[in-house]
Amino acid sequence: METVSRVHAKALIDWGKTHPEAVVLSGDLTASCEADGFRDAYPDRFLSMGLAEQNMMGFAAGLAREGLRPLVHTFAVFMYRRALDQIEMSIAYPNLPVCILGFLPGVTTPGGASHQAINDIAVLRSLPNMTIIEAGDATDVESMLEVAGQVEGPVYCRMLRGALPRLFPASHRMRLGQARLLSDGDEMVLLSSGICTEEALRVVDMLRVRGVGLRHLHVSTLKPFDDPQVLDACRGARMGVITMENHTRLGGLGTCVAEMMADHGIAKRQIRLALNDTYLQGASPKFLMARHGIDAAALVRAVEELAGRSLDFDVEDFGTQRTGKYYSDAQQEAL
Amino acid sequence: MTQAARANDRWIAECQALADGIRRRVLSHTVTHGGYLSQACSSAEVVGFLYGRGMNLGPSEGPLVPPPYSVAPSRGNPGYTSGMLYNGRRAANKDRFFLSPTHYAMTLYAALIESGRLGPDGLSQFNTDGSTVEMIGGEHSPGHETNGGSLGQTISQAAGVAWARRRKGDVGKVWVFLSDGECQEGQVWEAIMNLAFQKLDNIHIVVDNNGQQVDGRTEQVMTLEPLDAKFTAFGAHCLRADGHDLAALDAAFETPHPGKPLVVIADTDPTRGIGLLKERWPNLHYIRFKGEDERARYAEALKAMGD
Repeated sequence: METVSRVHAKALIDWGKTHPEAVVLSGDLTASCEADGFRDAYPDRFLSMGLAEQNMMGFAAGLAREGLRPLVHTFAVFMYRRALDQIEMSIAYPNLPVCILGFLPGVTTPGGASHQAINDIAVLRSLPNMTIIEAGDATDVESMLEVAGQVEGPVYCRMLRGALPRLFPASHRMRLGQARLLSDGDEMVLLSSGICTEEALRVVDMLRVRGVGLRHLHVSTLKPFDDPQVLDACRGARMGVITMENHTRLGGLGTCVAEMMADHGIAKRQIRLALNDTYLQGASPKFLMARHGIDAAALVRAVEELAGRSLDFDVEDFGTQRTGKYYSDAQQEAL
Repeated sequence: MTQAARANDRWIAECQALADGIRRRVLSHTVTHGGYLSQACSSAEVVGFLYGRGMNLGPSEGPLVPPPYSVAPSRGNPGYTSGMLYNGRRAANKDRFFLSPTHYAMTLYAALIESGRLGPDGLSQFNTDGSTVEMIGGEHSPGHETNGGSLGQTISQAAGVAWARRRKGDVGKVWVFLSDGECQEGQVWEAIMNLAFQKLDNIHIVVDNNGQQVDGRTEQVMTLEPLDAKFTAFGAHCLRADGHDLAALDAAFETPHPGKPLVVIADTDPTRGIGLLKERWPNLHYIRFKGEDERARYAEALKAMGD
C-alpha cells in the first residue's frame, strides 16, 4: 500500500493558490498541523494566534463576517473542549463559514487524555448548523478543503497528519454526504470511519475467503447523516450491522447509525466497536486500538458474533498493520 | 477640557440630550416592568457620545417597527436579518459598532430611539414573546451584530473584523463597548494581546467601568483594578476618563494611538441621574421592585425628569 506524507501541508498550499479569501489561523501548532507550508507561502494570510483558542475562534468568526474564509488549525481537543462556547456562540449560531481543522483524533496521538479527541464528534454533532467530516486516508485529506469549501456554514474536519495510507485512488475524491462502498455482500454491513477503515481492510479479504458476505462502507460525513446508501445497506443487512470508529461509543458513528435505523424502523442488531466510554492513556495507536477493541481482531470477533459461528481466525491471517508509521519517533517529537 | 468648560458646544448639548433620553426611557420602562436600569445610568453619556459624536454610522436601514423574530441563522434562511441594519449600511468609510454585554440591550434600544434609528414604540415590544427586541439582545435585535450574552466573546469577533477591514483598506473604525465585569473573562485579555500583536489601531474599545456586577461591587467579587495598567501591560493604548463627561470622552477618543488598539476606561456611577438607586447599592444589576411603594417612588423620579 502506498503511503503519503504531509498530505494536508501540500493540499493547503494548493488551496491557498486558488483561493485568495482563504486565511489560516494557528494556535502555536503550525508545523504540528501541517500549516507551516502555507505560512511560508502566504505570510500575509497566515495568523499566528498563540495559545489562546477562545480568542482564535472568535477572531475567525470576525474574519468570516467580512467575507474571508478562515481555516483554523490546532489539535481538536483545544477547540471543541476549550473553546466550545466560542464555537457555539461566535461561529455556529451565526452559521459563519469557518473551517475548523481538528487534529489528533482519538488514538492517533501518544499525548494522553489531554491530547486525545475521543468525543469531538459527539459534542460538535449536537451543534445546530455544524457539518462534520472525517478523513480516513490521504485521498480524503486531499479532498477535505474542497468538500468543506462547498458548505455555506461552519465545518469541523477531523484530520489526519503525517504518513497516511492511500486507501482510495487519488482521482476518487471524497464527496460530501456520500460513503465509499469498499466491498459488497448481503449478510452483514460494516460501517467504518477514520483510521478504522484502514484497520478493517486488514481482514476484509480473510472474511470473504471464509464466506462472510460483508458490505463495507467508509463513512466520511458524520453530519448531516443522511446518505441513502448507508440506509439501504442497513436495511438489507440480514445478520446485522457493525460500526467501527476511533471515538467514544456515545455520540459518534455508531450512535448516528443507531438513530438512523430507529428513525426508519429498521430492527437490526448493531455491534458498536468504539472506545468504551473511557479516557485513554498515552500509548501507541496499535496498543490502544487493541486494548479498547477497535482493531481488526475486535472486528473479526464482532463478525463471528453476528454470524453465530467461529471463523477460526489467527492474527497471522491478517494483513500487515501499518501503525509504525503513525507513531514514528519524529512524530512524537513534533507533538 | 471638561464638559463644563465646553458647555456651549452644540454637539455636547445634543449628546447630553441623548444621554438624558436614554435614562428617561429606561427608567420609564423599569417603572412598569423592572429592568437593567443601573447600566443605563452608568453608560448613558458613553452611549450618547458614541451615537451622537464618536461613531461615523450611516443612516439606519432597519424598519422603525422592528420585525418579529423569524428563525435562527441557518443555511435555509438567507433572508435572515441582522440587528446591525440599525447601525447603517456596511461601507468602507463607515464605522461598525459591537455591543458586548448585551444585557445593556435596553440602553442600546433607547439610544436608537433617541437618535431616530428606531421608532418610539420600539421598547413596547421589549421582552415580549416572538419579538426581536429581547431583554438580552441577540444578533437579530436592533443595534446588535453578535450574540454577546456569553460575555467576553464579542471583542474577539470585532478584532477579526478589524483585521479583515485593515486588509481591505477600509478607513472606517470598529467600536466595541465592554462592561467592566466581563474583563474578568480570560478571553478579553487574549483579544487585547492579539490586537496589540497585530498592531490593530482601527479599533476603539470603551469600558463602562461602573464597579458593579451581578453579585455586587466588582472589587468584592473579583478585583479588576488597576484596570488601566492591565490594558497598558497587554499592549493597548489605554486612558481613563470621567464617563459622564462628554468632553473628556471626546478628548480620550481623539488621542493618537498609532499601531495600538485604543482602550478608554470610562469611570462611571451606576446611580448617576437616579439617586434612588443608591438605596439598593451595592445590588444594582437588575431592578425588581420589592413592592408598590418602591415602584411609586421610581415613578415619582420619572415624573421629576419631565419630558
